[in-house]
Amino acid sequence: MPEVEAHTQPAGLAHQFGDLEQQQGAATLGIWVFLVTEIMFFGGLFASYAIYRWLYFAAFEGGSHILDIRLGASNTIDLLASSLTMALSVRSAQTGNRKATVAFLIATVILGGIFLGIKAVEYDQKFVEHIVPGLDWSPEGNILARLAPGGLEHAQIYFFFYFAMTGLHATHMIVGMGLLLWLVLRARKGIFTPSYFAPVEVVGLYWHFVDIVWIFLFPLLYLIGGRY
Amino acid sequence: MSTATLEPRVHAPRNYLNADYGIRSWLFTLDHKRIALLYLVSITFFFVIGGSFAVLMRIHLTEPQGALVQPETYNKLFTLHGIVMIFFFLIPSIPAVLGNFLVPLMIGARDLAFPRLNLLSWYIFIVGGLFTLYSAIGGGVDTGWTFYTPYSSTYSNTQVTAVAVGVFITGFSSILTGLNFIVTIHKMRAPGLTWFRMPLFLWAMYATSIIMTLGTPVLAITIFLLALEHLFHVGIFSPALGGDPLLFQHLFWFYSHPAVYIMILPAMGVVSEIIACFARKRIFGYKVVGFSSVAIAVLGFLVWGHHMFVTGQSVYAGLIFSLLSFLVAIPSAIKVFNWTSTLYKGSISYDAPMLYALGFIGLFTMGGLTGLFLASLATDVHLNGTYFIVAHFHYIMVGGAVMGYLGGIHFWWPKISGRKYPNAWAALAAAIVFVGFNLTFFPQFILGYLGMPRRYAFYPAEFQVLNVMSSAGATILGVGYLIPLIYLIWSMRYGPVAEPNPWGATGLEWKTPSPPPTENFAEIPVVEEEAYAYSAEETAGA
Repeated sequence: MPEVEAHTQPAGLAHQFGDLEQQQGAATLGIWVFLVTEIMFFGGLFASYAIYRWLYFAAFEGGSHILDIRLGASNTIDLLASSLTMALSVRSAQTGNRKATVAFLIATVILGGIFLGIKAVEYDQKFVEHIVPGLDWSPEGNILARLAPGGLEHAQIYFFFYFAMTGLHATHMIVGMGLLLWLVLRARKGIFTPSYFAPVEVVGLYWHFVDIVWIFLFPLLYLIGGRY
Repeated sequence: MSTATLEPRVHAPRNYLNADYGIRSWLFTLDHKRIALLYLVSITFFFVIGGSFAVLMRIHLTEPQGALVQPETYNKLFTLHGIVMIFFFLIPSIPAVLGNFLVPLMIGARDLAFPRLNLLSWYIFIVGGLFTLYSAIGGGVDTGWTFYTPYSSTYSNTQVTAVAVGVFITGFSSILTGLNFIVTIHKMRAPGLTWFRMPLFLWAMYATSIIMTLGTPVLAITIFLLALEHLFHVGIFSPALGGDPLLFQHLFWFYSHPAVYIMILPAMGVVSEIIACFARKRIFGYKVVGFSSVAIAVLGFLVWGHHMFVTGQSVYAGLIFSLLSFLVAIPSAIKVFNWTSTLYKGSISYDAPMLYALGFIGLFTMGGLTGLFLASLATDVHLNGTYFIVAHFHYIMVGGAVMGYLGGIHFWWPKISGRKYPNAWAALAAAIVFVGFNLTFFPQFILGYLGMPRRYAFYPAEFQVLNVMSSAGATILGVGYLIPLIYLIWSMRYGPVAEPNPWGATGLEWKTPSPPPTENFAEIPVVEEEAYAYSAEETAGA
């Protein structure tokens, strides 16, 4: 790009901005608008979920009780912890503490990895129990007893939503972990300073958003109708 | 700054067009103006594709039993015509071409806030377009552009998944464009350019961007679910599998009704600019016109149920949706009345952009008022699914959005290309488009009112006269679209060189050379007056 400014530009300042403050404001507003689009995106899924939960409550309750609540709860705690480390890494970037920034970013990646590992175990269980809609759906022999009576047909819809919602969430996690690793590389070079840390903040907001989605998914999918 | 290796033939000053040559400088450009031109070329391509589907349909419908194609092919023609024209021409048309080009220029910035995202949005658009073209070549799709289940599920034997993926992907290009505009308009306005000094085109872009960012994700997730349903055969929308087809329609129209305003609001913004310039007057009721754009964007999200009056949604929902749909008429009428009041006692000149703008006002008014027939529960039961609907939305989308788009292209062409086009040809083309358009679509109002259903390859013999009129009009309309394509391309090489402000218009984009330099402005301008200070300019200047 042609340099049009006569004065020397501060590090990290793109040519279209007048100063770093304007750039940071644009980045922050940009991610918030993006998160709004994400809310609408997940919102369509949540709305569909709500309608089918209302239509086929028994099936949804039965399907929910097959999920392993301990794994779900562990993942909830794990993600909350990752939100903490993420917030701490943003804070460290703001204060210019390079080592702490890198350490907290790596911790966030590891917690994200643990979440995906537990999720993989849960997905595996579904294949073992033949309750994967479309691909491997034959719950009659093994899991039927635990499904609500008459709910078998519609339980497939419940598990469809289970996979669609958690799958979409996991996809966002994987994208987020890729962004975090990119941040680790940049942070190690010492690119982030107290006046330029917008990328850490932006990715942080995204990460918190993905956590919040899970905070809604956990009760909606795991805790329906209580456990007895 | 890179030194010039290629000196242009004439001693033109450096600008964004001659700054660099070669295909790489276009495909990897981050310049909003060049990206706008990438979009211009791409959507013109899709316009030609979508238009040829329409040509085939109109030829087919010259005879009651169908003159050209098999009924299955006819189904694919109207489906692909709708999909290509809506998702690949109308929705990106003004925002991605004129918006991309003008938003930074109008607010006095060097570029959009996120140039890389801007380029990415074009690539996403192209990938989505390729999926759609693939599906068109590899078997077509026959669900109608709305993808209603069970056409798109139980009874689908065509490329539904490929085209759904194409539309899904393209949606993200729309989201990124909207996001970019919102942030740019919030954060990058030149000193002194307050919200109420912004040109109304920017208000329209802002309102459009809100719809793009709020609505498009819902379409994306809907199509995502439709594709998953296809892949895994689990009932979400398909009634045969235990799904709810009405849910699909709710989710689909939650986006696709506001999408109508994605198409029409930018055209309204263009018309505000043109009317003010060619009447040499400040827009009457500037603030109200600006807020009416936002009001249309907000109300537009609350009216989707009027597409579903005959689907079995609750009567009470129907009543509310009907009432809310009528409310949209208020901000729309405010705009029309304010444009008319702006013309009152203006010193009007009838250059080509103005002809398109005046055509827009008339045709949009007709399209809008016939919309009220469809927003009324009782008349909608009679008119739903007939050619009346087809005529109504073509008056809005072609008579409105395309006229606005062409008006805008003609208004800003000297700025975009640095050249002027032959005004007599342009005026002639505008007149031909207007005549051809009305001849094509007015008979369809009558056909629909008489009960001819849409989307049929055959019709009763007594409807032939009106159908032949419509086909004849389509031919004229096609000629009207072809002429600008020829003289605009011609003008790029042979047209007279345009001065910075050939129309004597207000606005920052006219204060920089034509075509603008890559960095838009030598110095970031400072704004000290309201938009459309035409009367002030005349008393002070000439």
